[in-house]
Parts: sequence; C-alpha cells; structure tokens
Amino acid sequence: MLSFNGLVAVCVFYVAGLFAIAFLAEKRAAEGKAGWLNSPVTYTLSLSIYTTAWTFFGAVGSAARTGLEYMTIYLGPTLVFIGWFWLLRKMVRIGRAQRITSIADMISSRYGKSGGLAALVTVLAVLGTTPYIALQLQSVTLAFGVFAAPGPGGAPDSALTAVWIAGGLALFTIVFGTRSLDVNERHPGLVSAIALEAIVKLFALVAVGVFVVWGVASGPGDIVARIEESPIADWTSNGARWLGLTVLSGAAILCLPRMFQVLVVENQDERHLATASWAFPLYLLMMSLFVLPIAVVGLNVLPAGSNPDLFVLTLPLHLNQGGLALLAFLGGFSAATSMVIVASLALSTMVSNHIIVPIWMALTRGEDPMSGDMRQVALVARRVSIAGTLTLGLVYYRLSGGSEALASIGLIAFLGVSQVLPALLGGMVWRGATRAGAAAGIAVGFAIWAWILLLPAAAAALPVEPILADGPFGMAWLRPATPFGLTGTDPLLTAMVLSLGLNAFFFILVSLMTFPSPLERLMGAQFVNVYDHAPAPAAWRGSVGTADDLLVMARRILGTGRAGRLFREAAEAQGREDGLPEPTPDFLERLERELAGSVGAATAHAMIAQITGGASVSVQDLLAVADETAQMMEYSSQLEAKSTELAQTAARLREVNQKLTELSVQKDAFLSQVSHELRTPMTSIRAFSEILLADDGLDAEARKRFSVIIHDESRRLTRLLDDLLDLSVLESGQVTLNERAVKLADVIDRAVYASSALARGKGLAIRRDRASENIELMTDADRLVQVFVNLIANAQKYCDAETPELTISVRRVPGRIELEFADNGAGIPPQKESLIFEKFARLEAGSEAPGAGLGLAISREIMARIGGGLSYVPGHGGAVFRVRLPSRALRAA
Amino acid sequence: MRVLLVEDEANILEAIRFILSRDGWEVMAHGTGATALSEVARVRPDVVVLDVMLPGRSGFDILRDLRAADETRTLPVLMLTAKGQSRDRETAMALGADAFLTKPFSNAELVETVRGLLAEGAGQGGGAV
Repeated sequence: MLSFNGLVAVCVFYVAGLFAIAFLAEKRAAEGKAGWLNSPVTYTLSLSIYTTAWTFFGAVGSAARTGLEYMTIYLGPTLVFIGWFWLLRKMVRIGRAQRITSIADMISSRYGKSGGLAALVTVLAVLGTTPYIALQLQSVTLAFGVFAAPGPGGAPDSALTAVWIAGGLALFTIVFGTRSLDVNERHPGLVSAIALEAIVKLFALVAVGVFVVWGVASGPGDIVARIEESPIADWTSNGARWLGLTVLSGAAILCLPRMFQVLVVENQDERHLATASWAFPLYLLMMSLFVLPIAVVGLNVLPAGSNPDLFVLTLPLHLNQGGLALLAFLGGFSAATSMVIVASLALSTMVSNHIIVPIWMALTRGEDPMSGDMRQVALVARRVSIAGTLTLGLVYYRLSGGSEALASIGLIAFLGVSQVLPALLGGMVWRGATRAGAAAGIAVGFAIWAWILLLPAAAAALPVEPILADGPFGMAWLRPATPFGLTGTDPLLTAMVLSLGLNAFFFILVSLMTFPSPLERLMGAQFVNVYDHAPAPAAWRGSVGTADDLLVMARRILGTGRAGRLFREAAEAQGREDGLPEPTPDFLERLERELAGSVGAATAHAMIAQITGGASVSVQDLLAVADETAQMMEYSSQLEAKSTELAQTAARLREVNQKLTELSVQKDAFLSQVSHELRTPMTSIRAFSEILLADDGLDAEARKRFSVIIHDESRRLTRLLDDLLDLSVLESGQVTLNERAVKLADVIDRAVYASSALARGKGLAIRRDRASENIELMTDADRLVQVFVNLIANAQKYCDAETPELTISVRRVPGRIELEFADNGAGIPPQKESLIFEKFARLEAGSEAPGAGLGLAISREIMARIGGGLSYVPGHGGAVFRVRLPSRALRAA
Repeated sequence: MRVLLVEDEANILEAIRFILSRDGWEVMAHGTGATALSEVARVRPDVVVLDVMLPGRSGFDILRDLRAADETRTLPVLMLTAKGQSRDRETAMALGADAFLTKPFSNAELVETVRGLLAEGAGQGGGAV
C-alpha cells in the first residue's frame, strides 16, 4: 500500500507527463506537423471526456444499486452517434463555417448574434456544470481518501486535497487553454493530453474488469451465475425511466458545453466525425463492459456497507492488488481531470466572451474595439474565468458536503444543460425559429428545472425548507418535489417532461408568434442550409477564374480603391502582370482577414467559401447576400463603423461643396468690394470737379479746398490700385524677393520713419528695445518694411487708448525670430479676429481710416513669401501681432 | 424743404451737401447707420438720401424700418450705392425706395432726382389738402 505522499508523487509525475505531451503537441502543431494530432483516433479519444469520474466510479455504484440503469448513460450517446449522425455532422459543419466558439456562441449566432441569449445560455451552463465539477473533485478526493491509508503523517486532509487538485487543474487549463486567442479556438496540446487520459482510463477500467472476471471469478460463465444470485437480478426495470434517461443522456452529449468544445470547436477535420460515429460508441461499450461484473463481485467480496461508488478502487485494494489499484486510481484521476479541464475551458470561453468582455466594452465605450488591448482583456478574462469556474466547483463541493449518490447530481446537471436542446435543434432545422422563441423556451425550461431539481438539491445550503414542504406562499401545488400534486412519480422524470416539454412548447409557440429580424433570417438560412452554402475545406483553394469574382465581391465590401490595392499588391508579390493574383490559400486567407474587418469573420469566411468552393450558389446570389448584409448595418457593430465612415465621407463632400459655394460667394463679394472701394473716391472726385467746372461764384478758399479733396481722393485711388496689384502678384506667387543682408534694427527704423510721415498729427508712441534688435538678417528688407509699416499703421488707426503706445519686442526662439507689435488699446473683439486678415476687412472706425483694408492681407502674403508668418495673438488686452522670421533669414554670426 | 443725408464718407457728404444747399435745400447730415432712424424722427426731413454701406446699420435695414413705421411709410427715400450691382437696385426697390443712384453720379442727376422725389411727395400731400 502506498503512503499518501507516495500517491501524491505519482499524481504529480502523471500530471507532469500530461504537461510534456501537451507541450510536445503544441510545438508540433505550431511547426505545422499535425501528424497524430490530426487523426480521427485522437478526435474520438477526446470525445471520451463524456465519461467522467462519475461514469468511471459511479457506473459501478449505479449498477450495484439499480441494476442495468447505468446503461442508459451509454445508450443515449450511442444512439445519437449512430442514429443522428446527420445532426452531429450538421452541427460540426455549422460550427466550422461560422467559427463558433461555444454552445452559447452557437445559440446566439443562430438567433441574430443575440448577446442576451448568449449570456442566458452561459449562466445555464455555469449552473449546470458547477455541480459536475464539484462531483469530479469529490470523487478524486474520495479516491485519495480510500487509497492513501493513514500513514505516519496522520490522515490526509480531504479538503486540502480538493484545493490542491483544483489549483493544479486551473494551472493546466490556463497554460494550455489560454496561451493565445486562437482564431479557431483550437488547443492541440490540451486535446492530446485528453486523448492520452482517455486511453489511461479505458485501460484501467478494462484491467480491473479482466482481473475481476478471470482473476477473482472463474470466467464469464461464473459472472453470469453470480449476477443471477445477486440482488441486481431482482431489480425491475422501469420503462419510463429507462427511456427518459436514454433521451436525457442523448441530449446531454449535444448540449454539454465540454462536449460541444471537443465535438465541434476542437474538430480538425469534418471527416474525423465519420470515424467517431462508430469508434466512440465502441469506446463507450468497452467502458461499460465490465461495470456489471465489477459491481457483482464487489457486492460479493467486499464487506457489507462498502460504498459501491468506490468498488473499482476498493476491490483490487481488498484483494491486495496494489499496482492494479493504483492504475484504477489513475484512471479515475484521468477521467476527473480531463472533464474538469475541458469543462472549465469551455465555460471560461463563454463567460469571458458573453459576459465579461461585453461588460468591459460597455464600460469603455468609444474606444477602438480592434485594438491589441482588447485581446489582452479577453485573455485575462478567460484566465480569471477558469480560476473562477474551478473555485465555484470547489465551493459547491465544500457546501454540499460530499453527497452520497454521485449519479443523481450528474443527472440533475444533464437536465440543466439540456434546456438548450429545443433551441439548438430547432435552430438547425427550422428557419422559422426566432430569438424570442429561443429565449422564452430556455427561460421556461430553466425555471422549471431550477424549481423542481436544483432547489431541493441546494436545500442543505439555502433557507428553502418551508418552500420545499408547503410550496411558495403556502401554495402546495407548486411544491418543488411534487408539482401539480404529482406524487409517486420520479422527480427527475417529472422535471424532465415538464421542463423540456414546456421549453419546446414555448419555443415553437413564441417563434410562430414573432417575426425574425433580418440578421436572424440570414443566420437561420446559413444554419439550416449549411450544406448549400459553406463547404468545409481544410485550407482555401481556388481556381484562376474565381479571381475576377473575388475582386467584384471585395470591391463591394472594401470599396474600389482598397480592394484594387489589395489585389494589385498580391499580384505583384506573385509576379503576375495582369493585376489579378492567383487565388492561393495565402492570398485567400489575407482577403478573408480584410473582409472580416468589415463584415465580420463568419460572413467573410462564408463569402470566400461560396466563391472558391465551387458551391452551387452563384456569384449573383452571393452579391445579393452582400447587399442584404449592407441593409443590416444597424444590426452589426462592425458594419456600423463602415456606415459611420460613409457618413463622414458624405459630410466631407458637403463641406467641400459648401467651401466651393463660399469661394464663389467670396469672389462676388470681392468684386463688389473692389467696385465699392473704386467708386467711393471717384464719387467725390466727379462731384467736386463738376462743381469746379460749372460754378464761377466760388471763392478761392473753397476752390482750394475742393482741389485738395480731389487730389487726396486721386491718391487714395492710386494707392488702392497699387495694393490690389501688389496683392494679386503676391497671391499668384510671381513675386521676386530681393534678399540682401540687413540689420533688423535698420528695418524697424525705416518702418517707423515712414509711418511717422504718414501719420498726420496722431501721436503714437513707439517703444523699442534696440539691444534686442541687433540681429543680422538675410531677407527682402523693402517687403519687411512694408509689413511693419502696415502693423504700425493699424495701431495708429485702431488704438483707442488715451495715450496710444506700440511696443515692438524681439525674441529669439530656437530656429527663428519672433517680433511682437503690441498696442495698449482695446484689442480686436474675439468675433472679429477671424476676419482681420480678409481683404477689405476694416473695423468699425475704418471708414475714416485711410487704406482699403488690404494691409493685413498683403502683410500676411508677404510673410508667407519670405518664409515666415504673421498672426494675431489674442487675449493680451491690446492688439498683438506676431511676425515670425524663418531661421534661414538669420545670418550666421 | 429739408433733406436728411445719411452718408459715412466725409468727402462725399461734403459734396452732396454743397450741391443740394446751392439748389435751395436745407441739408442735415448724419454719418452713421446706427442712429439714423432717431435722426429721421428728430429732423423730420421731407426727403432722405440714404447710403447702403453704412457703419453700424446698413441702408437697407434702415429703409425697411422706415417703411414699417406709419409716420415714415411714404417719406421719399433716395438710395445711393457704390457697389454697382443690379441686385442692390432690385433690393432697394423691393424694400420701397423711391429712387436709386449708383456712385459716381453727375451733380445734375442728383439734383433732378431729389427734386423729382419732392414733387411726388408734394403731389401726394396736395391730394390730401
């Protein structure tokens, strides 16, 4: 007999072996050498996670208690695999075509990518799987307790054992289940380890069976004789319960999240399913072959009162077969660990995809959902979900305190997850099934199941005794154990008939009453008619003739420009000159990724499949699908992004159009302004010259005064024409700069001198810091003077301070020089700031000011030609203009 | 007879004032659009000569308000504009201007137009008497 520590060492060694296998498989898969990974045998063996520790240990216990009833657990899946092969194949085909990641994803995808439905199924799966995980932890812990005799170190702490096991399983699942967010969610390492465990558990059970039949008894004949003598022969079979349990286990293999994971998600090749359709029933047969002999011999040999759930282990131990017992222990250990690993992986995918990530996205709305950060969140969510799932199982195990009959918990869980069956089957065969129908059916079935089975099972931990005894609010007819006064019937059967029956009834009824959304209709068609649409090729393949079709489709989805670029680049990379690339698998995968960004992965996949797969669907049909998809923008968030893009393009177009219109209006306004500015002085000139011509009675003073006006207005006209010509030359860029070396201080001097000559009696004080102006420049000094004169003239015109002052400051900034012309007036009102550089812009008092309002416009043009800039600096009290001179104007000192 | 001249260009204002004064008019001048309406109410002119481009308020806005008020609904108004676009003339006539001159105009043209306005206004006034 092994010590407790020895047993732990064996387990650790065994698990280390599993790690090694998993690592090796991942490595080979990454190198593209699938080999034995990609074999139907591995696939079939991975399906064996159906037989958990419950089946491994509990089937013998069930046989010892209730005779052949345990057979139903094997019979249901066998019938499904043989009789309903078409349905399994359809499920796998749909799963692959739509890139389904879990049973919740399957249901949600079918019913219009409903997030609510996915969350509902996820909750159902968590509730149905948690007791099951607890069951595995319990059986392994029990096995530990039986096997490891109290050694010198004292009795092993069973609670602590469960914690260690749960922790180890979480680690394994996280390492091999969440290494990356795989596109197809496949986990080759994990599947290999599961397959190995399947071999161990089958080998262990058969070994114990062989030992029992030929080592303890004297062959099959003896066993039959022993059965006849044992109480097992006296059990009368209950037809209804037999049928019920068979249907239930058949439903479970379709609906259990972990079965969906290995059956559909981890499926490498659809052809593997054909092998599994006979190989898996064979595996189940071999698992069940020795159950009855072990049970009978256990009842014979072991002392009365022994727990029949542990016969597989206690029988060899009792007969001093330590090695065989260890093998049996490892078999049970394998069964438990493989189930927990896959179940927690499947649950974590659902919890993270349908609960955590949607919540996270809702909380961080508006950020880019395609960013790498998002993938990180999904990975972390998945790891947390795995740890959470196992913690939940552990908590359930501790609370339930190790219930006696393992089988009953298992069956309750079966019925729980089977509530998705009507929606699942209906969704695959009936296009009329709707989201509302699915939600109604699942909710009703779920509620009935929880009321009749879950509540009494959880009674130990919850204060529900009065409800159990008298019904809610004293309504006895609703008493969970005997609803509608149904006494004397099996509660499991009652719950099953009621929950599944009403589930299906409401599913059909509500589906008939409601109308599916466009997306539901599209997905319904893709699910029900999956064989018409998507072939399931291992890799993309295509013919040259399809390149045109692909381009036409890609244009519809990506737009002409982007699609054209994509195809051209690919053609160049392939060395083809006609611009159309060979549809190689590489290119098709790239195209699919591009399309997926716009229409979603599933649609993109289906679209390419339809064009390249030689399916009976024509390109026209496909384009119709594309058009229909476009109409569904409101339902798809990815398409919503596309629609936003379109809207933005339209808005830009409107903007440009508006600008053009504005330009045209501006041109008219400019001409009108020019006309006004020319006609105004001409009016005075004409009026006064007519007066001078016609009137003889004018005194000399009046004559002189009118002549001065005519003279002034003529000069004003000339100046205006000069400015207009100057501006037009500057704007057309035909100006020649006369660059030469000059001192900044000299330029400012010239400007100030010219301004004081212009300013008639207006005393504007100009303050300067000559030291800072000692800078050598290489620039067009005349033009710069023109700009400074304009700025000084502006201050003369508009500075409304009592004692107007203009401060000219010079600042050397790395790479350039900045001059500021700041006056001490009221500044420019904020609403006028955007106007001041416009032509003919004059502030209120401008009518008295000389000039046509072209000064700043000209100055800004000059500064642009020189390579610097002119801007207004708001918020300084007075008006502040900043002149920037470029670094190249600086002369090396 | 009294004419109110609303014009912001000082030189043009001086020219028109000189021309109309010599024709026997009592000329009142106003340089901004913002307070032109109150000036009309204060001066009570027989004719208004109104520039379009005025600081504060455009001549069109002032004309609209003159036509909306009962006391000035029939007050003869001559609009002046330097923009030279036919659209301005249409706008002025639609708003109820009695005459319209594009700058630059001849002195004789101005005198005749203003006299004509008064004759119309007097004719209407005579009818009332």
